[in-house]
Amino acid sequence: MNDTANPLIEVRGLRKYFGAGPQPVRAVDGVSFAIREGETLGLVGESGSGKSTIGRMLIRLLDPTEGQIRFKDRDIAHISQRQMRPLRSSMQIIFQDPYASLNPRMRIRQILGEALDTHGLAKGKGERQARIAELLDLVGLRPEYADRYPHEFSGGQRQRIGVARALAVEPSFIVADEPLSALDVSIQAQVVNLLCDLKDRFGLTMLFISHDLDVVEFLCDRVIVLYLGKIMEIAPTETLYHRPQHPYTQALLAASPIPDPAQRHKDRPLLVGDIPSPANPPSGCVFRTRCPHALPACAETVPALAEVAPGHWKACLRNDLHPLSMKGTSQ
Amino acid sequence: MDQLAYVLKRLFSRRIVLVAAAVLVAVTALAVFFPMFSGVDPNAISVMERLKAPSSEHWAGTDELGRDLSMRIVYGSRYSIMIGIATAFFSVIAGTALGLLAGFFKKLDAPIMRVIDAMMSFPDILLGISLVSILGASLWNVVLALAIVYTPRVARVVRASTLVIRELLFVDAARALGVSTPRILYAHILPNLMSPVLVQLTFIFAYAILAEAGLSFLGVGVPPEIPTWGTMIASSLQYADRAFWTIVFPGIAIILTALSLQIVGDGVRDLLDPKLRKSA
Repeated sequence: MNDTANPLIEVRGLRKYFGAGPQPVRAVDGVSFAIREGETLGLVGESGSGKSTIGRMLIRLLDPTEGQIRFKDRDIAHISQRQMRPLRSSMQIIFQDPYASLNPRMRIRQILGEALDTHGLAKGKGERQARIAELLDLVGLRPEYADRYPHEFSGGQRQRIGVARALAVEPSFIVADEPLSALDVSIQAQVVNLLCDLKDRFGLTMLFISHDLDVVEFLCDRVIVLYLGKIMEIAPTETLYHRPQHPYTQALLAASPIPDPAQRHKDRPLLVGDIPSPANPPSGCVFRTRCPHALPACAETVPALAEVAPGHWKACLRNDLHPLSMKGTSQ
Repeated sequence: MDQLAYVLKRLFSRRIVLVAAAVLVAVTALAVFFPMFSGVDPNAISVMERLKAPSSEHWAGTDELGRDLSMRIVYGSRYSIMIGIATAFFSVIAGTALGLLAGFFKKLDAPIMRVIDAMMSFPDILLGISLVSILGASLWNVVLALAIVYTPRVARVVRASTLVIRELLFVDAARALGVSTPRILYAHILPNLMSPVLVQLTFIFAYAILAEAGLSFLGVGVPPEIPTWGTMIASSLQYADRAFWTIVFPGIAIILTALSLQIVGDGVRDLLDPKLRKSA
């Protein structure tokens, strides 16, 4: 679908329904996208929009209900966990909560060592030690820390350990599942810089899941806006932030705080109400219940994702809306 | 050696743990070594000395057959402690295995837990009586019966904890790395189960000593010629109004041992928890 010269991972018609019966929870409902090699793709949306579910399906921590996930030209959506195992060294995940993602009973050496051992990446004790020291150094931690337990570290340090564990198996693709949202703002910047650094250094391909629009703008090449398990808009970061086409994207960007009072819009299209239940989504366009521009027709037809400009896709019936200029002229 | 010294120092940093450990060491040493060297027969009957109050001759008095209670308590500690430890050990192993499987594998949950529920629906002592009746009264059969009685308790606690730990992110992280399921169970889930299991272990030790007393009292426990703390209380119960020492001293022995083990168990649990461990 979208212009992807060299996709490392390509997703088609991905669905995840939780629960059986007539009204399953449609966490992810027919999502298609591709990530080019070396690209960082942002995935933004409110809580409950299905961001994490997509990330977890891509590395098969969750089994998709339907759809294709092509990784290096192989459909991995429905292969067994056993077949998945050798592929696990090429795809890794960084979790949101650095307090829960490290086993409290294991030393850092054991945590990183397990990653190496699982894929036979270090032969002999010496190489293992050297590799662990190297990994800690890579994420800016001292090698002496290897014999400590996770609770002896701060949140930011723990998140670095999480990053080191993901990198230990030398993956080509990393899902970063809101890696910053459990961290203090001051620490967030450090981890963002670390991720940026490592991305350039190893040419990583990344799916960056977040609800922090500023970080996504800084880090990502392209952005997907997700709402209630469906893609609302995909565009290169620059385009999406400056000329958002979809009313939902416009509302999201308007809700993001602007530090300079002079640049604040007076008539920001702010959203009211909550995201509807994914067990009982609205008919037609799922966003119509909160959309300021909804028409009766929006309840009838499900809008297809259509290309409005090269590389810029949106799922909205209203083509008559002016793309809102979100950023001040000074930018 | 340094490491051992450090571990002991940490364990005994609370005075009460040191006291409890000392009690356990003393009781165990007495149980193991005293009968080897004393040459006293704890079953020696002396009709003239029946139900004598504690005195310098009989430190804990005598029972209804004139047997010296202090000697019988020391000899009895052998069997009581052995029954307690063996029961706790076997039920913890079986219960942990069953609970881990039921908690981790959704398909095994219902089959295992329904059997466990069925076992738990019998009163402990009734199940114990039936099992000993089927197996026959002997020391090891009592241990086996009690281990079966207490396995469901451990299994339930372990399953509940496993259900929680299974969903934690570090287990997902291990899965994402491709770590094998047996290793996830062994290296990630089991170590995090240590605290609740240790608590169960100390409880079951105390319960088993008491339950053995109950079984002996009902006549399906250990054969009467083997002195255990339980059989002593059970056989003397009818004389308790005239000779309180016949049940008080074995009772004190049970309480002291069970309490000490529980305190030491708590100490070990704290030691095993890296969060409560100060960095060296």
